[in-house]
Amino acid sequence: MSTTASELMKTPLNAAHRALGAKMVDFGGWDMPVQYPAGILAEHEAVRTRAGLFDVSHMGEIRVKGPGALALVEHLTPNAVSQLAIGQVHYTAFLYENGTFVDDLLVYREGAEEFLLVVNAGNSDKDFAWVQQHAPGYDCTVVNESPVTGQIALQGPLSLSILQPLTKTPLEPIGYYWFTHGEVAGVKCLISRTGYTGEDGFELYCAAADAEKVWNAVMAAGTPKGLLPAGLGCRNTLRLECKMALYGHEIDDSIHALEAGLGWIVKLDKGDFIGRDALLAAKAAPATRKLVGFKTLEKRDIARDHMPVVQDGRPVGFVTSAAPSPTCGINLGLAYVPTDQAKVGGRISIEIRGRAVDAEIIPTPFYKRQK
Amino acid sequence: MFPADLKYTKDHEWLRPAADGTALIGITQYAQEALGDVVFVDLPEVGESFGQGEEFGTVESVKTVSELNMPAAGDVLEVNDSLGDHPEVVNEDPYGKGWMVKVKLTGDLTGLLDPKAYEALVSAESH
Repeated sequence: MSTTASELMKTPLNAAHRALGAKMVDFGGWDMPVQYPAGILAEHEAVRTRAGLFDVSHMGEIRVKGPGALALVEHLTPNAVSQLAIGQVHYTAFLYENGTFVDDLLVYREGAEEFLLVVNAGNSDKDFAWVQQHAPGYDCTVVNESPVTGQIALQGPLSLSILQPLTKTPLEPIGYYWFTHGEVAGVKCLISRTGYTGEDGFELYCAAADAEKVWNAVMAAGTPKGLLPAGLGCRNTLRLECKMALYGHEIDDSIHALEAGLGWIVKLDKGDFIGRDALLAAKAAPATRKLVGFKTLEKRDIARDHMPVVQDGRPVGFVTSAAPSPTCGINLGLAYVPTDQAKVGGRISIEIRGRAVDAEIIPTPFYKRQK
Repeated sequence: MFPADLKYTKDHEWLRPAADGTALIGITQYAQEALGDVVFVDLPEVGESFGQGEEFGTVESVKTVSELNMPAAGDVLEVNDSLGDHPEVVNEDPYGKGWMVKVKLTGDLTGLLDPKAYEALVSAESH
């Protein structure tokens, strides 16, 4: 799809972002806030220590419902969907036959025969087509609810105390990666204890037309507690510190699920699913490359996405995501490297603007919250 | 936004010429806004010489990196060492305390933009 500035898609919160003075960018065809006036560092710190509010309405939502829904979602994803209780969520993927990624996603079990699949914005059309393509033969309906759904993510240690006064639904009993339905600020929402920052928090799904009401209510409740509106810039640094994958970086259609360190979402013994044969074969063979975390050793050496990992002047791998880490205070990143160079404590060499610099493999996630 | 005593480049550096043939060099308000939070500025050594347009350093923000190019030919007389501990000054005061190098000019100022021309360039890039 080609878009010009005037054709960029807008979330229902576009006007709210502009009123807050956000810097807007083209993000996969969407006009999205990369940061607000406080800036990425302040927004990142707000999420780690207080709270941040993200508009993630650009994400895609696909509802699968009917007697054949469970079997279809089991067929399309490697994680064990039958193990999900009603009200539970898990992280999973759509894989191609060769085990590489169509996309990664969350599966919400809304009922015995009803699932909500939440996919990446940039892959939403491709994903919907993928589900539709495989749906014939399964007795279920597949509906793309993306255009009518708003999504807001409240993230950070103060999330619960900010949100609770806005809803009668008791939030404390909702476990991590569980959800319920309730009203927030008088608006019907799916209230999910999930997120993409490594902090406690809630993702709220509501009708697109009601999104601004929810946004304004959470902003008003949270601002006195130090909540900041937070853009895609800090969303990236936050997820990177927690080694959460981003499609187009750690995962794509050239990387299979085991290389990506996502073996934990692949339940090879659950029965057939698309990509299973390839992953069984991959598991039996020695791995050639691995996703590792690294830090560069000098303050001036800041690796960036897609830079090559080199050995004796030849590329042997690549950086998937990298940035100066606001929380850890070091320059860190993730990279695919040959398995024999993947040991924690070992050194790799990254080419930064024509100069090979040293980096040390370090344990991941780089950041883990105190529970 | 566009101080009158400065000359500008299309790459969003500024140069403030002094009467003694020296000049201060930094990046513009537009450049610091586009970069976002600056976390590191890599500057040359005193005594290095650069031609006009030549890369003399880099400025790194949380999300990206940008080359610094010389607005005019010159020899580096001073670098702003305070940016080592406080790179955020580039965001806070790009035309003042956020200066990067002081040079002795060794060439002329041809090709640089006056404030009005630079403002027009920025306005065009923003829309």
